[in-house]
Amino acid sequence: MWGESMKAAILQMEGTNCEEETYIALMESGFTPEYVHLNNLRKGKAKLDDYELIFIPGGFSAGDYVRAGAIFAARLKATVWKDLVKFVEEGKFIIGVCNGFQVLIELGLLPATDGISEAPEAALMPNDSGHFECRWVYLKSQSSKIFTDVPEMITLPVAHAEGKFYASESVIEKIEAQKQVIFRYTSPYGSTEYPWNPNGSVNDIAAIMNPYGNVIGMMPHPERAYFPYQHPDWTRNKRDTGDGYYIFRALAEALR
Amino acid sequence: MPCMLRVDILVKFKEGVDDPEGKSIKHALELLGFEKVKTVKVGKMYTIYLNCDKEEGYEIAESMVRKLLVNPVIHEYEIRVEEV
Repeated sequence: MWGESMKAAILQMEGTNCEEETYIALMESGFTPEYVHLNNLRKGKAKLDDYELIFIPGGFSAGDYVRAGAIFAARLKATVWKDLVKFVEEGKFIIGVCNGFQVLIELGLLPATDGISEAPEAALMPNDSGHFECRWVYLKSQSSKIFTDVPEMITLPVAHAEGKFYASESVIEKIEAQKQVIFRYTSPYGSTEYPWNPNGSVNDIAAIMNPYGNVIGMMPHPERAYFPYQHPDWTRNKRDTGDGYYIFRALAEALR
Repeated sequence: MPCMLRVDILVKFKEGVDDPEGKSIKHALELLGFEKVKTVKVGKMYTIYLNCDKEEGYEIAESMVRKLLVNPVIHEYEIRVEEV
């Protein structure tokens, strides 16, 4: 079986969640996942170099204090920044989901339109609705380097208060020109008004990658929809897999 | 010997960036009868005590802003330094 030796690190700190769903989804996709706590990275008990994939899970790291993901990012910068940059430059993969996406933006690893940026180039701001949005959304796949084999429209759950993708016009133009958008919020009717776009993201952006396609950030949770029975309509709509499966399969294939 | 400094760092959204918290507070204030409210902007204030002189205090605060407290894409900030 392919991919058996692909080790994946699921980063943990105070307030991360969804690690168990992520662990199972990674294992099912052919990875050998391990939980890696930031403190163990700091103490040298774990090394990023040992892994092919880093998965930064969702949650409310450090209580979302300062801004969502800001403290997680600051701790990574203070401890393993050089290793993280090396990891990206070697072409290994990093994916951040929900809070993990916020961390990657704060780190400057995304959108990284001109390479890794010292200061954040974008922001995941408080939702326009002013409240936590916790429900299923429709996503339109954009043809992108890694996610070539994903159905045109999939559904995944979102659960966030700060998910509005925002950047200056020039950065947005670059993201679009470099085809860095992976998923946009949509609806069966084509409308992207609220509530279809749950947070007011510019250009309905739900997921992006860096120009090389090896750093990926998304607000929706693929690990919460890996199996068909995790979809709320699973008794009515027969699926072979959950829609989150396609994201994990794409990662495994990209690293194969 | 350096004296104690009180550094207040005020962080808020830039002009033109949506502030949903401000909007819902404005709405609530209007419901309470404050009809003259035009805009509400919400920010965060960090109060940090430092053991150093004023010049170094500003430098340290600027560095804190850059490394953690502000996302320059959406925020503007103000630093106030006072000897205490």
